[in-house]
Amino acid sequence: MDPRRGPLAVPKVRRVGFFTSIEPSPETPRPNRSLSGPAEAITSSSPLSDSPSGQFISPVQIPPSRHHSDNLASRAAPVPVPGPSAFRRQLANDRALHVGSYNPVDSLLGTSPPSSNGEVSEDSGSLFGFQRSDSAKLSASFPNGGFDMTLRVRAPQESEAKVAIASTSDGRKKNVEASGEGESLAAKPRKEKETKSLKEKTSKAERRAIQEAQRAAKAAAKGEGSKRAGESSRPKPSKPAKQPQPKKEAPQVTSSVSEKRAVSVEKERRMDVPQTQMQYDDKSRVDKAKRRSVVEQTESKNKVELFLHLPQYERGNQLPNLSSNIFSLDTIHHAVYKVGLQHLAGDIAGDNARCIAMLHAFQEAINDYTTPPMKDLTMDLTAKINGYVSFLIECRPLSMSMGNAIRFLKNQIRKLPVDLSEPEAKASLCSEIGRFIDEKILLADKVIVQYAVTKIRDGEVLLTYGFSCVVEMILLYAHEIGRKFRVVIVDSRPNLEGQKLLRRLVTRGLDCTYTHINAVSYIMGEVTRVFLGASSIFSNGTLYSKVGTACVAMVANAFSVPVIVCCEAYKFHERVLLDSICSNELGDPDAIANVPLRNNKKHSKTMDNNKNLQFLNLMYDSTPAEYISMIVTDYGMIPPTSIPVIVREYRREDLLL
Amino acid sequence: IYTKEFFLERLSYWAFVSAAQTLRPIKPPASHYLVFLFNSVSLSPEYSLSTSSPHRSPPSHSHRCRTCNRWCLSLLTSSGNVRLRDLKLQRDAPWSFLAVGAQLVAANPVELAVGNVVRRVLHIIREEDLSLATAAVAGLDLLDASDDDEDVNGKGIGYPGMSAAVVAAAARSTLRPPSLQTLLEGTPESATVPYTSSSGADSESKTADKSSITRKLKHDVIEGVNQLIHEIAGCHEQIAEQAIEHIHQNEVILTLGSSRTVLEFLCAAKEKKRSFRVFVAEGAPRYQGHLLAKELVARGLQTTVITDSAVFAMISRVNMVIIGAHAVMANGGVIGPVGVNMAALAAKKHAVPFVVLAGSHKLCPLYPHNPEVLLNELRSPSELLDFGEFSDCLDFGTGSGSPLLQVVNPTFDYVPPSLVSLFITDTGGHNPSYMYRLIADYYSADDLVM
Repeated sequence: MDPRRGPLAVPKVRRVGFFTSIEPSPETPRPNRSLSGPAEAITSSSPLSDSPSGQFISPVQIPPSRHHSDNLASRAAPVPVPGPSAFRRQLANDRALHVGSYNPVDSLLGTSPPSSNGEVSEDSGSLFGFQRSDSAKLSASFPNGGFDMTLRVRAPQESEAKVAIASTSDGRKKNVEASGEGESLAAKPRKEKETKSLKEKTSKAERRAIQEAQRAAKAAAKGEGSKRAGESSRPKPSKPAKQPQPKKEAPQVTSSVSEKRAVSVEKERRMDVPQTQMQYDDKSRVDKAKRRSVVEQTESKNKVELFLHLPQYERGNQLPNLSSNIFSLDTIHHAVYKVGLQHLAGDIAGDNARCIAMLHAFQEAINDYTTPPMKDLTMDLTAKINGYVSFLIECRPLSMSMGNAIRFLKNQIRKLPVDLSEPEAKASLCSEIGRFIDEKILLADKVIVQYAVTKIRDGEVLLTYGFSCVVEMILLYAHEIGRKFRVVIVDSRPNLEGQKLLRRLVTRGLDCTYTHINAVSYIMGEVTRVFLGASSIFSNGTLYSKVGTACVAMVANAFSVPVIVCCEAYKFHERVLLDSICSNELGDPDAIANVPLRNNKKHSKTMDNNKNLQFLNLMYDSTPAEYISMIVTDYGMIPPTSIPVIVREYRREDLLL
Repeated sequence: IYTKEFFLERLSYWAFVSAAQTLRPIKPPASHYLVFLFNSVSLSPEYSLSTSSPHRSPPSHSHRCRTCNRWCLSLLTSSGNVRLRDLKLQRDAPWSFLAVGAQLVAANPVELAVGNVVRRVLHIIREEDLSLATAAVAGLDLLDASDDDEDVNGKGIGYPGMSAAVVAAAARSTLRPPSLQTLLEGTPESATVPYTSSSGADSESKTADKSSITRKLKHDVIEGVNQLIHEIAGCHEQIAEQAIEHIHQNEVILTLGSSRTVLEFLCAAKEKKRSFRVFVAEGAPRYQGHLLAKELVARGLQTTVITDSAVFAMISRVNMVIIGAHAVMANGGVIGPVGVNMAALAAKKHAVPFVVLAGSHKLCPLYPHNPEVLLNELRSPSELLDFGEFSDCLDFGTGSGSPLLQVVNPTFDYVPPSLVSLFITDTGGHNPSYMYRLIADYYSADDLVM
């Protein structure tokens, strides 16, 4: 842990600010910091942004991130060079972006805004909040292939932004902002979404009125905006369209900057409230998603009512369909396709394995990728990845860890230096992916084993549930270094993964006891420690893992046996979860229906078409933090209450990778 | 092969044989009576009377008899036979039956219901015997002293020599407070004293008295046992009648294991037009949950089968957990199908009521010690693992040096009373803490240790 303390130091300072102040204030300390640097900027900027959107927006003021300038502000040119804090902010934004793109179901499967795929992927993350609010507008302004234009424009835009950054003087910015103050006041609300304005309780009614008026004005000015954009060598129809044209250049700039800030703040706030997952009881969204889907799925007739919000499809027909389509689908890279099929067929199980397989497939896909003419690598590749991801989701819902890995990858893509040539970019992406696998998964496992093995003493009876590759490594390593202990493997239907573990341990010469989960309270009396694997750990300390884990942890808790959870830090997620119903995955119900009963045939025959009978095959459950004694991660051994700390502090560090 | 009749047959036969060994002289009249009894329980008299071949091994009943109820019924019919032979030696009746009962219990100590029923019958015999004895005593003083009067007297006077436990054990039902007769019954030796003395007083009428008393005792005991048979056979209905009070509209109920009592209970609520949803845990190695689900669906209930591992995940949406008990211990603990403890813990965690349905014959007067181990039954590993794959590891005896692989496959689970919210028996709902009292109503203190 100690070596990691170093990087922590900076974030910690910041965190203090974050925590001590109330919701709106988190960012307020930051202007002060930037004050010490470019003192001029503050005076103008902070009041400026404070004024329009009220207290909550104030954080917006803080030096805009570079990333921002890439996306939005670059065309507006003058942006102060981001200070260190700004850099952090950028990270935060990145994170927000990840959140946005993490659940591609939302962005890709055509739920909220997207008028076209590419458009969505382009700014799915950074503009997420933005996009949502303006979705109507966007789609209105986009009907005629505006999308392509955007893409084309993007690269020059970025380089220009850099120039702008270099050349901009703070003074100029200040001037601009000062002069445009009134304008920005007016312009800003335009961009604010309804949701945001709802949030700002402090904002006045008149501001809202102005907002309305300006929205109307903007709609009128759309055409003009695009024209203007054209002449400024930035034929970006979408974003200019959003801006009020009839003003002079400078005010416009400021307004856009402050808007951006507002959006970024909004995003940042939202970052802590991760994106909602697709709810399958929302008919319209599901229909939209279906239209895009690659995998043909028929909804199962006999759904479990409690889980209507989760996908419940008939099993068995996707795989043949997919494998027959394998040559006709050119949108999906074959490596990804293969992984998808493997997920669907259950050939790859286990979170780490699935994640690694997916990343390798992405690596391959990136290797084979060539940027189409007139397209930008960053955007196009992100769009591609989004397509892959949605395909994978159709095959099997992603695990949390895979979501995290995808966020990482997208972030890497977005952060590619613009001047990198395509082969270089691809090589760097591939190496980054490789590094992620090595560091975050493989190396992390090794570290966890080193930590966890210190908790195994001679003569102990260790209980584990199901199959977790980390736990297996721990047990084998402990056996290797000569610890004398006994292992109790608890297993459950329908997967019976424990048998796999049992086989491996027995062949390596460990003494094992095998039992089923019902007997866990029988066997728990003789157990001294429980080792569990994890699929994810949420920031409220809830352990999200294979179904049954909660039962084992609960019984262990009742018997006062310590429960040790082994989980790589990349699986941590900033979501929170209270029960196992709201977020879960449903497995094949037939797996439960088929039991080795003597009269099984009759059984299944009579039951099959009965409406009153459902089989529920939950895949995960959530274990409350109170049952967990300790979590062993690659950052050390921590209590479950420390999960949010790791998520908050180290996730940023990850983004710097 | 193992039909109900078969076991009834085997059991009664065995009980008969063992009784024959313990009580040597069985006279033709008793045998005739047996034939009658066997006929009444639809058994072939020829078979049951073929007592002359004494080499049949006692059936190991536990594995084959599916449910406790069936068990008890079969036991009772056989115990009825035993009792009938007791008429010959009416004074020893409880003791000889005790020996038979002990054998029955020893055949499978885990089947607690067997012991319960034996104790119940013993209790009936004791009580009838005593009531006769006291009637004789009372007949000397005031000829038609009613029971009620005696009750009052017994209460008022009190017997310093009797312990409170004996008093409690003697009370047969809650409706009947400790009476003089039942007090006397607690100590048979002393109870016989007034009887013999009284009969000895006028010796010429002694033999006549005895024969009439014997007949009366026989009759009463048969009646008592018949009542018990009736009670056990009808306990489902009695319990199911209460369903409507406990299940409301749109409820979600979790159950596990396969219990006819639970089935009837749920169906009774369904028949009363309550619509609710049942989650059934499949009950892994034996999948009894699937059987239950099948029957529930056949009766039109909305049923969802879940894996055992999903019990904790689903419990937060469950309104009530209802299980059938294998046995209820005197402290209010429950022995149920394996996995019950997990469900009970989860229910406790989520403040979901944990309701146990049990006929009164499942109330066991014993206090459990380490019941997870001592009152459990470990079944074959083949239910969990294929032998072929791990057979070399399972082979401890050879000392081949291969690692030790144990497969644990228990049948029962123990739920401590603190996790149980309510017992619903055929006599109504009870708290776990009240169980000891209920048990005292059904059993004699003398019979607790057999």
